[in-house]
Amino acid sequence: MNEKVAVYRKEHFNAAHRLHNDAFDEATNEKIFGKCNNPNFHGHNYDLIVKVTGEPDKQTGFVIDLKELSDIIKVNILKRFDHKNLNLDVTEFKNLNPTAENIAIVIYKLLRPLINSKFDLQVRLYETERNFVEYPA
Amino acid sequence: MVYLTRLEHFNAAHKLYNPLWSKEKNEAVFGECANENWHGHNFDLYVTVKGIPDENTGFIMDAKKLSEIIQQHVTEKLDHKNLNLDVEFLKGKMCSTENLVIEIWKQLQPHIPANVALHSLKLYETPRIYVEYFGE
Repeated sequence: MNEKVAVYRKEHFNAAHRLHNDAFDEATNEKIFGKCNNPNFHGHNYDLIVKVTGEPDKQTGFVIDLKELSDIIKVNILKRFDHKNLNLDVTEFKNLNPTAENIAIVIYKLLRPLINSKFDLQVRLYETERNFVEYPA
Repeated sequence: MVYLTRLEHFNAAHKLYNPLWSKEKNEAVFGECANENWHGHNFDLYVTVKGIPDENTGFIMDAKKLSEIIQQHVTEKLDHKNLNLDVEFLKGKMCSTENLVIEIWKQLQPHIPANVALHSLKLYETPRIYVEYFGE
């Protein structure tokens, strides 16, 4: 019988960003990214939900210690993203548009090596209450 | 007297930084909010007006009209902006949530119809931090 359980940790960070592609001219950037292209940036309260799926350990009953998961997220994601400018302060976005999609992929790639490979990992990122993404899909 | 509240929202970048202070003092007082490259929030703005329901409509005021007033005079000027750099009515002001709510009041108040009164503004910077202002 499949005894896999999904456990989730929710964290949050506040950051500035803008959506811009250097390969596009100014008019195209404005047309595609609209007000998100503002050269002076804008910002969001991001909510991050990290999902880990696996079988509960026989000894502890835990899939993963959620405090431990929280610490991993805090040290590796929040410390680098919170109260930052994603375009300017976070190396992963030096040449990558910080859309919610790309942020979720970057977070997944940062976390994946830190979570035991026997577990499935999924990242859900809320940019606003109404806009959110999941990776892997 | 009945109180009517309309919720609007905007996303913006800002930083808390007093140009009269050293970088060290700004960091000591404002912590990570002083990041020179900005950070940002999803702001939620609750606007409450009070009045007596009109005999013919049953409304204090048309909530759609209130929404349009807020959008035209406040959120269109703030949404997807940098509060420190892009907003005329915040020029020279410290962009704290406290100051922001006071300035929003000044923008809105003249446009509220005469038969109702602006009662309060509630401004959420995060789901856990908000300020209220009653024009006092």
